[in-house]
Amino acid sequence: MKHSAKLRLSPRWAPWVLLSPFIILFLVFGLFPLGFSMYLAFQSWEPTSGLDAMRFVGLDNFTFALQDEWFWKSLKNTAWLALVSGIPQHLVAIPLAYFIHSSFRRMRNGVVGAYFMPYITSSVAIAILFSSLFSTDFGLINVALQMLHHTPVLGWFIPGTPIDWLNQPDNIKPAIALIVFWRYVGFNLVLYLAALQTIPPDIYEAATMDGAGRFQKFWYITLPSLKPMMFFGVTLSVIGGLQLFEEPFILTGGKGGSDQAGMTTAVYLYRMAFDFNDFGAASAMSWLLFVVVALLTWATNRAFRQRGQ
Amino acid sequence: MKTERLAPWAAYCIVGVGMLFMLAPFYFMFVFATHSRTEIFSLPPPMFFGDDFFNNLAILTKKIAFWRNLGWSVYVALASTALTLLFCSMGGYAFAMFNFRFKNVFFGLVMGTMLLPSFMNMIPTFMIMDLLGWIDQPRALYIPGAASAFGIFLMRQFVTSSIPRELVEAARMDGCSELGIYWRIVLPLLKPALGTLGLITFIASWNNFIGPLIVMRSPDMYTLPLALRSLQSPVDTEWGALMAGSAIATLPLIVLFVISSKQLISGLTVGAVK
Repeated sequence: MKHSAKLRLSPRWAPWVLLSPFIILFLVFGLFPLGFSMYLAFQSWEPTSGLDAMRFVGLDNFTFALQDEWFWKSLKNTAWLALVSGIPQHLVAIPLAYFIHSSFRRMRNGVVGAYFMPYITSSVAIAILFSSLFSTDFGLINVALQMLHHTPVLGWFIPGTPIDWLNQPDNIKPAIALIVFWRYVGFNLVLYLAALQTIPPDIYEAATMDGAGRFQKFWYITLPSLKPMMFFGVTLSVIGGLQLFEEPFILTGGKGGSDQAGMTTAVYLYRMAFDFNDFGAASAMSWLLFVVVALLTWATNRAFRQRGQ
Repeated sequence: MKTERLAPWAAYCIVGVGMLFMLAPFYFMFVFATHSRTEIFSLPPPMFFGDDFFNNLAILTKKIAFWRNLGWSVYVALASTALTLLFCSMGGYAFAMFNFRFKNVFFGLVMGTMLLPSFMNMIPTFMIMDLLGWIDQPRALYIPGAASAFGIFLMRQFVTSSIPRELVEAARMDGCSELGIYWRIVLPLLKPALGTLGLITFIASWNNFIGPLIVMRSPDMYTLPLALRSLQSPVDTEWGALMAGSAIATLPLIVLFVISSKQLISGLTVGAVK
C-alpha cells in the first residue's frame, strides 16, 4: 500500500480520524434517536399526517400511559415473565455449573456447548419451533404429558386432557417463560462456570481437613464465592427480562394473545407505535419502562450489597 | 483440580438429562423439516427423519421469496460484520493507544449507551430511517450498529492487553504513517479479537428480528427471520415449510458454533470475568 502525502496524519489528528466513523454513527444513530424519543414523548403525533402535524402536549402522553389499563397489564405480564423465567435460570444454572465443574473434564466443552446452543439460535426460529411443540392436540409437549399421565405415581400430577397452551390466557405466560428459561439457562451456566474456576482449591482442602461435608462446602464456600457473579447474572436477567419482545411477539402472532395475557411492555410499545400509530404515547411508555428497568437494576444492586456485608 | 467430586454418577445423570432437554427441540426442528404438515401433527408424531424436505422447500419458495430473503440475510450479515470489524477496531485502537481531549468523557458516553435498553431506539430509529429514505434499504440494517459500544469495548480491551505501546512507537520512528500503523501492524495483531467480534456480529445480524421488523416494509426485502414469521397465520400455517425454513436459518449458526464455541463463549461473556 502506498500512502500519499494526504494520508500522512500527525499522531495528534490520527485518533480523530480513526474515531470519525464511530463518532458519526454514534451521533446519528445513538444520541440523536435518544433525544428524539424524549422530544416525541411530549408530542401528539401520528406518523401518517407528516412531521408538521406534531403538537406539544406536555405530560399528556405520560398521564395517558399511567391511566392505560393495557399498559399496566403489560407491565404486570413483563414482571411475571421476568420472575418466572429468570429465577429458575439461576436456581438451575448454579448447581448445574457446580456439577459440571466438579465432575466433567474432557467432555466439558461439548456439554457446555449443548447448553449454550439455544442462546445463539434465532429467537424467531425458536419461537416458531415451540409454537408447534406447544400446539394443543398434536404438539409434542402435550403428547409427552399424555404419556407421562399414564405412568404410575408421576401420572397423578399430570392432567389427562391436553393443555391449550397458546390460546388459553392462563397458559400463555408459562409457555413463554419455559422458552425463555430454555434459551438463557446456558448463558448463566457459562457465567457461573467461569466464576467457579476462580475459587482456589486450597479453600476446599482446608475445609475438608476441618471436617466439612459436601453440602457444607457448597453452602459455606461455593455459594458465597459465586455472589459477585450472581449479582452480574441477575442484573442481566432483570434487564433482559424486562425487554422481552420476540418470543411473546411471535407466539401471540404479534397481538399479545387472548386477553393480552402474553403482551409484554415491549410488545405493547411496538403495537402502540406501529399498530395504533401513536408515536408520542409509545415514546412516553418507552421512557416509563426505562425508569422501571433502572429502578429494578438499582434494587438488585442494593439487595446484593446489603447481604454481602 | 481438587474440588469435591460430588457423587459423579448423580452429576452425570442430571447434567445428561439437562442436555437432552436442551438438544431435543433442535432435533425435532430438523426432523419436522423433513415431514409434511399432516405428518407433523399426527399421532404419534414423527420421531425420525422423513423425505418431505424438498416438498417443504418448494412450498417455501412458492409462498415467499425464500432465496431472496436468504440472500439478504447473508448480505446484511456479511456487510455488518465487515463494517463492524473495521470501525470498531479503528475506534478501539484509538481509545486504547492515543491520548486526546474528552477521551474519557467519550468513552463513558459509549459505555452509557450500552446500558440503555434496545427498545428505547425502536421508534426513533424508524423515524430516522424514514427521514433518510432508508426504509426497505439493507443499509438501514448494517450501518447503524456498525460502531457498536460492545465492539469498541472489546477491541479496546484487546489492544490494551496485547499490543505493546513500544511496537507502535517503533513503527512511527521508522517512518510508518499513522494509518499504515493501524492497517499493517495493529490490524494483523488483532486477528483473534476480530474473529470473536466477527462471530458475535454475524450471529447477531443473522438473528436480528426487531431491526428488519421496523425498517423492512416489502416482503421482497425481508431477511430470513422476518420472512419466516410472515408465513405464520392463525388459520392455515404450513408447518413443514416453516420448520424447513427455520432449520435452514439455524444450520449455519450451529455449524459456526461447533467450529468456534470456545472462542465465541468467551467473547460473549467478556464483561463477566474480571
